[in-house]
Amino acid sequence: MGAGGRGRDAQGPPPQLSPTRGRSTSGGWPDMAAAKTKATAMTMVSTSAPTTGLSATALRRIEALVIPVGALVGSALVFSVFLLVLGKSPLQFFGLIWTGGFGSAFSVQNTLLRSAPLILTGLAFAIPARIGLTVIGAEGALVLGGFMAAAVAIPLVTGGWAPQIGLPLMALMAMLTGAAWIGLVGWLRHYRGVNETIASLLLSYIAIATMNFFVEGPLRDPASANKPSTMPIGELYRVGPIPGTTVHWGLAAGLVLAVVLHILMTRTTFGFAARMTGGNVRAAQAQGLPVGFLVVGCCAIAGACAGLAGFFEVAAVHGQANASLVAGYGFTGILVAFLARQNALAIVPVAILFGALAASGGLIQRRMEMPDATILVLQGIIFVVLLTSETLYGRIPFLQPRRTGDRT
Amino acid sequence: MIRSNVTRRSLLKTGAAGLAAATLPLNLARAQTPIVLGAVYVGPRDDFGWNQAHALAMDVLKQVPGVTVIEEEKVPETDAVAQSMESMINLDGANLILATSFGYYNPFVIDTAKKYPNVQFRHAAPLWNKETDPINAGSYFCYLNQAHFVNGVAAGLSSPTGKIGFVAAKPIPSVLSNINSVLLGARSVNPAAVVQVIFTGEWSMPVREAEAANALPKVVIETAESRGVKSCGHNASQAALAPNGFITGAEYKWETIYKLYADALAAGTEVPNFVVGGYHNDMIRNSAYGAGATPEAIAAADAAIAGLKEGKPIYVGPLKDNAGNLVIEGTKDNYDPVLDGMNFLLEGVQGSLT
Amino acid sequence: MTGAELFIVLFAMIGGAIRVSTPFMFVALGECLTEKSGRINLGHEGNLVLGAMVAYAVSFTTGSPWLGVLAAGGAGLILGAMHGWICALPRVNDIAVGIAFMSFGTGLAFFFGKPFIQPSAPRLEAIGLGDWTGNPAIAQALQVNPLFFVGVALAVFLSWAFANTRWGLILRMTGDSAASARAMGVSIDLVRLLATAAGGFLAGIGGAFLSLYYPGSWNEGLSSGQGLMAVALVIFARWDPIRCVWAALLFGAAGALGPSLQSIGISQGYYFFNAAPYILTLFIMIASARSKSAASDAPGELSIVK
Repeated sequence: MGAGGRGRDAQGPPPQLSPTRGRSTSGGWPDMAAAKTKATAMTMVSTSAPTTGLSATALRRIEALVIPVGALVGSALVFSVFLLVLGKSPLQFFGLIWTGGFGSAFSVQNTLLRSAPLILTGLAFAIPARIGLTVIGAEGALVLGGFMAAAVAIPLVTGGWAPQIGLPLMALMAMLTGAAWIGLVGWLRHYRGVNETIASLLLSYIAIATMNFFVEGPLRDPASANKPSTMPIGELYRVGPIPGTTVHWGLAAGLVLAVVLHILMTRTTFGFAARMTGGNVRAAQAQGLPVGFLVVGCCAIAGACAGLAGFFEVAAVHGQANASLVAGYGFTGILVAFLARQNALAIVPVAILFGALAASGGLIQRRMEMPDATILVLQGIIFVVLLTSETLYGRIPFLQPRRTGDRT
Repeated sequence: MIRSNVTRRSLLKTGAAGLAAATLPLNLARAQTPIVLGAVYVGPRDDFGWNQAHALAMDVLKQVPGVTVIEEEKVPETDAVAQSMESMINLDGANLILATSFGYYNPFVIDTAKKYPNVQFRHAAPLWNKETDPINAGSYFCYLNQAHFVNGVAAGLSSPTGKIGFVAAKPIPSVLSNINSVLLGARSVNPAAVVQVIFTGEWSMPVREAEAANALPKVVIETAESRGVKSCGHNASQAALAPNGFITGAEYKWETIYKLYADALAAGTEVPNFVVGGYHNDMIRNSAYGAGATPEAIAAADAAIAGLKEGKPIYVGPLKDNAGNLVIEGTKDNYDPVLDGMNFLLEGVQGSLT
Repeated sequence: MTGAELFIVLFAMIGGAIRVSTPFMFVALGECLTEKSGRINLGHEGNLVLGAMVAYAVSFTTGSPWLGVLAAGGAGLILGAMHGWICALPRVNDIAVGIAFMSFGTGLAFFFGKPFIQPSAPRLEAIGLGDWTGNPAIAQALQVNPLFFVGVALAVFLSWAFANTRWGLILRMTGDSAASARAMGVSIDLVRLLATAAGGFLAGIGGAFLSLYYPGSWNEGLSSGQGLMAVALVIFARWDPIRCVWAALLFGAAGALGPSLQSIGISQGYYFFNAAPYILTLFIMIASARSKSAASDAPGELSIVK
């Protein structure tokens, strides 16, 4: 099928769950063949031709590195033109990004601190994406998870429980809440056929309303008169910084989870089955895979990541739950996951890059007298250029293994 | 509007109010080194509201020789603000930080102040506690409810029905005080006046709660104007938005405080730790009267302003809340700390808190 | 709740439906057009916000709000065309590109919109349909902007055109089965490019309504995800332009529920009343998602439906 034409248009009635998975030119099965040989960047890369041996794997790895980096450079060039048109200096701009993001020990820690929640919310987008779902509701899971952590802390703190017991309980509560919230999205998707993108967005609004209702109503700390919040968890319960740094432990949690989830998605039966489902849900069902379990499971994992991010916002940053939990980390996580091409390990450096952009945004406001929206424009350009670059996979001649069969 | 809080204003018990100052030195030796002042805003600098009021006042400080003002807008009330302040200190050499949003204070301003004892921090809500908080931190605040009282006087006489609408973000003490002050102002000229309040509880995904509330006034003004309703403003002058029905508005005069800081900086003297006030010390004002204000309303409002300048109290008991409970027995001074914990709407206000 | 109070709430909801629905209607109609061609554009939030900014800026600069409306459409058209062009490249994911354009359009609007927050631009005038009644409440509720009628007329036109015109047929065929469209010699990419661009144009006009009529100002908090919600409306309107109008009205009425209940003294849990549009949308989606008619109404090529 699709010989000489745009293969995806030639597909029959689309069997796919959602287009986040690669636009396979010929259905799902070749994706799985690719998955067997190589896992990296698997969902987005599809091969229409059998590949041979290690060199093909290596080439694909190089391709998966060269194209995103090239897209970043391309975005920088586009943005430079934008700056030049405005009469600003691109050199100064990128110099400031370096200074503000990496230029000193303080800047590096600033960057890492800002990247900590982004790793977790990036994972929250990437894991469902591997099974073919576009879930954009991490914000809601983060907010609700953080809120539940603060809520469960109230009896723990007043009851005098040791933080060694209380903090894990809070974290567990946050992760379970997030898992249930996004798990619900997966359940609705699979069993009720409700579009997961829209459902997760709606649930985010509902999660924030729920948090606000409790924070300003039943669970409001009377002392928090003008900024309604839950009861402070107190100094004992605060998660401190990683020794020798100013960065809280959320960063370490993100790193560990990124590695664990990478292994889960690439080295285990669960991960393989999930990616297979993402490749072609009908084929997966025909194989007797527990598609419903996989869909809900991936969503629950995503929700747990976002919930954990909420836990760290409460336990390490705010010390209580309030409207400041709604900080947009969930949305930035989507960008992070896309730039990382849904690869759990790649999310870490990408989150750090976005952390650096956030960390240097203030410096750009102060030194170049440019508005805060400058960074938004840059992010938008990166996002658009990066997605456009998806089309280059399999089309850069010197990166292709010897292949047979038709091409797109 | 939504950011004031004054649970710990025990400091003020000593005097009727005003430039209560527990001052501490801003390291005189620094006078030779350039003064770099970092201002942090929660929303965009031109939001027709809270942030704009601060940003405009900051211009006063920019005129002071030897003072450099660096600004950062749209800084959320998360660890981002701590990082922004530290970035100003570490990368730009800031030695006075003005943190202008309520939610910045605890824990972010406190923690950063502890970490950088040689840098002065001032936060726009009277939260600083002499006993427990770092000595290099401090607070400043303007009591806007006094200007809302004047709004109430003018609106009470300009409104043909005596019914005044008030759109508020959240039922928190400073907002409640604004609403109640509007009612008392209106009732002082029209005993039958009522205030109808609607809380939006506004939140939105990308724009955070504080910012949404700060952006609210502009929407309210223009919406009222398009319906031919007369309106009063809040925070910064909004007269331009509603050329026909505008009566007057409550405005902060942060520049009074900033001028004080600027003078202190220029002279190399101490920057006061705690500055609060209202009409009597020129820290708030009402917008120039618009076309919606009748001549008698203008006269009555001017008289009310004169009264407030002399310290005439707004809350004169006994006052009942709108559920019929006695909430204020005697007369309260305009800076009485009891008022800072306000959790009621007075009789005559239609609306409820929960 | 007394009868009079019920009347107040119902009337406020009708008024709210008319006032608030127009941007939803335009974005939903634009999205409907795009999705009929088999492509989804989640980026209409970006079109909406950029449209709002451009409309306000042009209205302020030229003094003509209607020129602003047109310019907003133009801005939306450009974003839509870019989306359409990029998605025509092989292996590019339309949902992801939509999210990217949401970010890009919003960023551009905020960046270039800074100088236009303070000025006051001429706004669109309303038509006072209820003025003859002499009842201020009714007169106020029936202050209707001409764009509302344009939207309704457009929905009727689109509904007719989808069914009865040649290009309507081509559009639907492209959306239902690319293979058969190609067999007919139709350029899939061109049809989708045009549909996405036209959809973007309409979404931009929706933004113009926000900044030039209701609430009638330009600031960065103007749209709270309205462009995104409109995409959800299309799904539960099942790709029917007329039903898009009803969905938008329902959504607007749900949004007016919270404030109007407070105005008669019911304010407990106003967060949930304010979230009513989202809760309502979710329940309708759950209720209708698995129905057979929903499945048969969906364009077969559309990635967002299974």
